[in-house]
Order: sequence, then structure tokens, then C-alpha cells
Amino acid sequence: MELTGAQIFLECLKKEGVDVVFGFPGGAVIDIYDELPNYPFKHILVRHEQGAIHAADGYARATGDVGVCLVTSGPGATNTVTGIATAYMDSIPVVIFTGQVPTPLIGNDAFQEVDIVGITRPCTKHNYLVKDIKDLAFTVRQAFYLARTGRPGPVLVDLPKDIMQQKFEFVWPEDVSLRSYNPNLKPHTRQIKKVAKLIEKAERPLIYAGGGVISSGAEDELTWLAKSLNIPVTATLMGLGAFPGNDPLWLGMLGMHGTYAANMAINNADLVLAIGARFDDRVTGKVSTFAPKATLVHIDIDPTSIQKNVAVHVPLVADCKSALSALKSEMELKSKSIDWEVSHAVWVRQVQEWSEIHPLRYKKGSKFIKPQFVVEKVYEISNGDAIIATEVGQNQMWAAQFYKFKRSKSFLSSGGLGTMGYGFPAAIGAQMAFPDKLVVNIAGDGSIQMNIQEMMTAVCNNLPVKIVILNNGYLGMVRQWQELFYNRNYCETCMDAQPDFVKLAEAYGAAGFRVTEEKDVEPVLKEAFALNKPVIVDVRVDPEENVYPMVPAGASLTDMLLV
Amino acid sequence: MRHTLSVTVENEPGVLSRVVGLFSGRGFNIESLNVAPTLEEGVSHMTISTIGEEQIIEQIVKQLRKLVTVIKVVDLTEHKSVEREMAILKVNAEDAKRAEILRIVDIFRCKVVDVSVDELSIEITGDNGKIEAIINLLSRFGIKEIARTGSVAMKRALQI
Repeated sequence: MELTGAQIFLECLKKEGVDVVFGFPGGAVIDIYDELPNYPFKHILVRHEQGAIHAADGYARATGDVGVCLVTSGPGATNTVTGIATAYMDSIPVVIFTGQVPTPLIGNDAFQEVDIVGITRPCTKHNYLVKDIKDLAFTVRQAFYLARTGRPGPVLVDLPKDIMQQKFEFVWPEDVSLRSYNPNLKPHTRQIKKVAKLIEKAERPLIYAGGGVISSGAEDELTWLAKSLNIPVTATLMGLGAFPGNDPLWLGMLGMHGTYAANMAINNADLVLAIGARFDDRVTGKVSTFAPKATLVHIDIDPTSIQKNVAVHVPLVADCKSALSALKSEMELKSKSIDWEVSHAVWVRQVQEWSEIHPLRYKKGSKFIKPQFVVEKVYEISNGDAIIATEVGQNQMWAAQFYKFKRSKSFLSSGGLGTMGYGFPAAIGAQMAFPDKLVVNIAGDGSIQMNIQEMMTAVCNNLPVKIVILNNGYLGMVRQWQELFYNRNYCETCMDAQPDFVKLAEAYGAAGFRVTEEKDVEPVLKEAFALNKPVIVDVRVDPEENVYPMVPAGASLTDMLLV
Repeated sequence: MRHTLSVTVENEPGVLSRVVGLFSGRGFNIESLNVAPTLEEGVSHMTISTIGEEQIIEQIVKQLRKLVTVIKVVDLTEHKSVEREMAILKVNAEDAKRAEILRIVDIFRCKVVDVSVDELSIEITGDNGKIEAIINLLSRFGIKEIARTGSVAMKRALQI
């Protein structure tokens, strides 16, 4: 039977098992919206297309499935670009469908026309313009396949309006094969044996885990490796949750705002196992002094990540889960003759001592509420079981430092791009996926205002996301840099002119609380978390609190500014 | 060091733009780029000349391989290869200088493809060094215009 392009498109989504689409209609996609009520998935109407792409991204991070976003041509499409770049930098599987003007008008500067395929070429894993209805089903199939396989990432499909209106026989392509796309999933046996030997010989081994551990689902293998072989673990921002944050072998995050123990450990380790991490400059600090005493092993599915920033001694191109499974088998054999508890005892004691000497801490007893205290309370009250989405800046770093992530996919944060305005829509996406879970957006007063309009989306879809604003009246992280490196010239970072967040919440039909005393933090958070509706908790925190430890940009990791 | 990359790509719209965008977006340098269809339908061949440290070249090759529309990348610098470039030079050639120019044309086994009262247009094919050499030699007569194709290259056949 012949179907319209719009019907074929929606049939494809059904075949892909899509259950939620985050979107915003417009002229170019009106044929799709016309058919939408006949299909089983939910459509979440956002208030801005940037909200749609971040929500799809949050959904993908929280579930591990592909997030889907549907917007119109021109401005609808360009409004997603920040979100696409966010997903690209963090390797998140999302598929973005954009409307396009009819094919005869393409290139004629038609109303709401933009070359979105051209615009997004550098920030998508791949993108398509469907120029023939014959290619439609195959293209959608490929888009999902590319987004979720290999190193995941965003894939965009541009859908001209006339293609959505034409008719064609719907045939679902069961198999996808692209002659030019063959991600290398299986590790090289010889390299695995080499890594196993290095672990056997190492006296001071350290695991440095990144987001690749989570996206490949290698958390169990990683945890086995660390615990069975008695190896301490640190992680990037994207790797938080890959290893339980309350385990004695956990050192905390490393890098610019990493812990003293993690940064000292990387500086003194004789073997570093970098797994699904890409040696970002926020992690390495000054590259020439990064892990100076270590043999570096780098496991990554993407060959371009290896040797890009740091010269590694043993490269291993493979899916993290496959590589760690193979390594596990290899180490199980060795474990019969080696007592790892004993062989790494001195090293583990050493890193734990570093954790004891300089734990994450903040000065207490101030007249102000400390933002770190608020994050600690969110952790306590949620029992560490919440999904935490953050904005970007100090709020993000305090959340990363003081919330002990016990499981993966529970920390949603824009790592690579550092997108302010990411957290709230991402939290909406996560709440859609897990309606019964506590989802908390830890925000700053600056960044929450970047996508606050999505409060309406949360309210009308009964998504009880909790926003905890660590309100210091500043663009806090920039202010911190101005204080430390720019002679306290707080140019344009003071945000004390701000809306009444409580009234704003109420205006949208959500609940709002304001907290100005430390004693009220716990009871108000408890009350807010118990409400079955979206809530803003506006916590007035110390305006000049800083994130510590801090490694100045470009300095060595051991040059930490401590509290 | 100069490297010549042989890149096989899907012949579809936007492929060239993806390759060029990769170079410009990541700050890599393209010295010359040549693209044309191959014998196989739907497949094109690119020859890219680039200059960089080994680590940069390694990144370029890996990044190119990562593009979904790129089928194969070979760094010809690591193999025995044939590399050629074509150029057409329009040279000042008044009567007094014409004989000497034609001698150079002969030595370099070039071809005169256009003649006028005071100009000669010369077609030359050869490796990069040969093209540079004749440009140097003819520049003292005054080169009015130049058109170069950039390198085209392929791996040599296996020698038995």
C-alpha cells in the first residue's frame, strides 16, 4: 500500500521503537503533525526548539536509547544547533528531524529556508537531506543506526515538505550496511595481553574512566576490574557514575576541579588505564606534565581520540565493554597466582591518605548558605538515587563534586560544550523516561534563565522536575576566574537583577520556594521533593563562594588551589 | 613533511564539503585537492596534498576515515606511488626570448598549447618538483597567468 512521506516517516519511527518525540511544529513539518495523532508515541511540545533537542539528549543520557527531536525548517532548525553541538561533544545518540522547504524551492532563499545540512555538518556524526521519497525509509533507518552504533552521536535528517506529501510504497529496510562505516568493536588480542602484562607489573595503577564506559555499558566490567585487582578509580565529568561514588577505591573526579587525591594519583601512577575518555584539556591541565611517571593505556572506540591530545604507549581501539570483558578474562587467569590486595596495598593506602589529607570540603560557619551544603542535602534526601541534571558553571562542578553518583546514567551534564541552559530541558527528557524517579536540576541563577520557558512544558506534561537554584547573584564561574585571575574585575557577571523565581514558578503553575537560612534547606528540599509537580527552590547562597580545588587553565594538575 | 593522501569517497552531494570542512574546522592545511569520478559507479577519488607533523597527518587520516562517506584513505607517502600534476603557464614571449623559452619547453617535455604575437601558453605534466622547477625557470620571462590542477596520485602496481 502506498503511504505519504509523512506516514512513511512515522512508520519508521514506530519500527525504531520510538516512544517519545520532543518537538515544535511549523509550516514545513505540518504534514507530519497532521498524521501524528494516528501514531502511538508521545509528542512533547516544548516552548523553544533548543528545549526539544536538550530534552531528547537528556532522554538519551538517562536511558541509553536514542533521543528523537522534530522541528520545522529555518529558525526551527537553527534553534537546535547548540543542542546538536552539545550532543556531538558528549557523544550522545540523538536523531534530529528538521523540516525543509519543498525541493523545487531549495536554494532559492525561500521563506524559512536554511541549509541546515551545511550548518550542522561539523557538529553531527552524519546528516542527510532526503531528496527522493524512495530514499526516505532507508535514510531514517541509517540515521538511527549511525546514532546508536560505534561512537554514538547526533544524526540529522532534513525532510523537504513535498517529500512528506508524495506517496510511495513503504518497505522497511531490515538490514543496514554502509560500506564505509565499520566501527571496530573487538579488541586486538595481542594488545589485551600487553595491557594485562602491564597491570601485572604495575605497582601504582590507576583507572581513569570516561563517558565511553557508560555509553558502551561497561560499568560492571570496570567495577570488577577495579575491585578484583584493587585499583583506584578516577573519572572525567562524563564518567561520573561509571564506578560507585561511595566505594573506598573511588577517588573522585580528576582535572581542573578534580580532587586532590585524583590529581596526585595521576601524577604518581606508574600505569594509567584511560577507558572511554578523550584527554580533554580540562582533565589533563598542562599536557607535558600529565601522568609523567605512567605508562598510558588508552581504550577507545574512536581511533581519532587516540594520540589526539596525549601520546599514549598502548592504544586499543575497541568498544569499552568488549575490551574490558576481554581484559577481565585475561586477568582472571592471572588472579589465580597473584594476590592483588597485597600487591597494590601500599599504593591504595597512599591514595586514600591523599583523600584524607585534602578531602572535598568547604568552610562552614559562615552567615551564608554554602552551595556545597545544599548539594550534600540533595544527596542525603534523595539517598543518592536521584537523576541529577545540571546547568553549566559552579553549580555543575559542585554537583559533580558533592553528589556521590552511585550508578551510571544518573548525572546529565553538558561536559564537552559546556552549554548553559542544558540542564532543565535535559531533566524534562529524563523525567519523561522515568516518570516515577526523582529528577533534580541543579542550576545557577544565570543558566536557569536560558531555558526557563520549558517550565510550561514540565507543567503541562505533569513532569515533576525539581529545580534547585544555587542562587549567588553572579555568573559564578566567570566571576571566580575574574576574582582569581582578572584582579576582581567583575565585569558583567553580576546578575543581581533577576526575576522573583518563586513567583515565576507560580506563574507557570509550578510551585516555588525561597530559602535564605541554612536551617531551612533540609525541610524545604524535603517538602519540594515530596510534591508531585514541578518545583523551583531558590536557595540564596554565598555570593562569593568558589569551586575548589582548582587547577588554573594550562597549569599542571599538581598546581592545585585548595580551600 | 608533505604527504599525499589517496581518498576514496561516495560520489554524493556534500562529500567534498565534508572533507574540506574537516580540514578547515580542525585547522589542518590543504596544499592541493583534486577530485573526480572513478570507474566504479557512485565512487569518486580524491588526491589531497597536505603538510604537517607526523602526529597531525595521523589525525588527518583518522579523521577522514571517520567520515561516513569516506570509503578508504591511503597515505601514499608510505607506499611507492605515481604522482602527477598538470599546469598551464601563459608566458611573455617576445621574439627575442621565444627561442630560449621553446628550448626549455623541449627540455622539460612540455607542450605549447597556444601561441600569440607575444605570449606562449605551455602545458606541463609532472611531479610537484618538476612543475616548481619550470615555474622558476620561466618566471624571469614573466609568467602572466598560471593554472594548476594539484596532484593526482595512485599507488604503483606490485612489482614482481
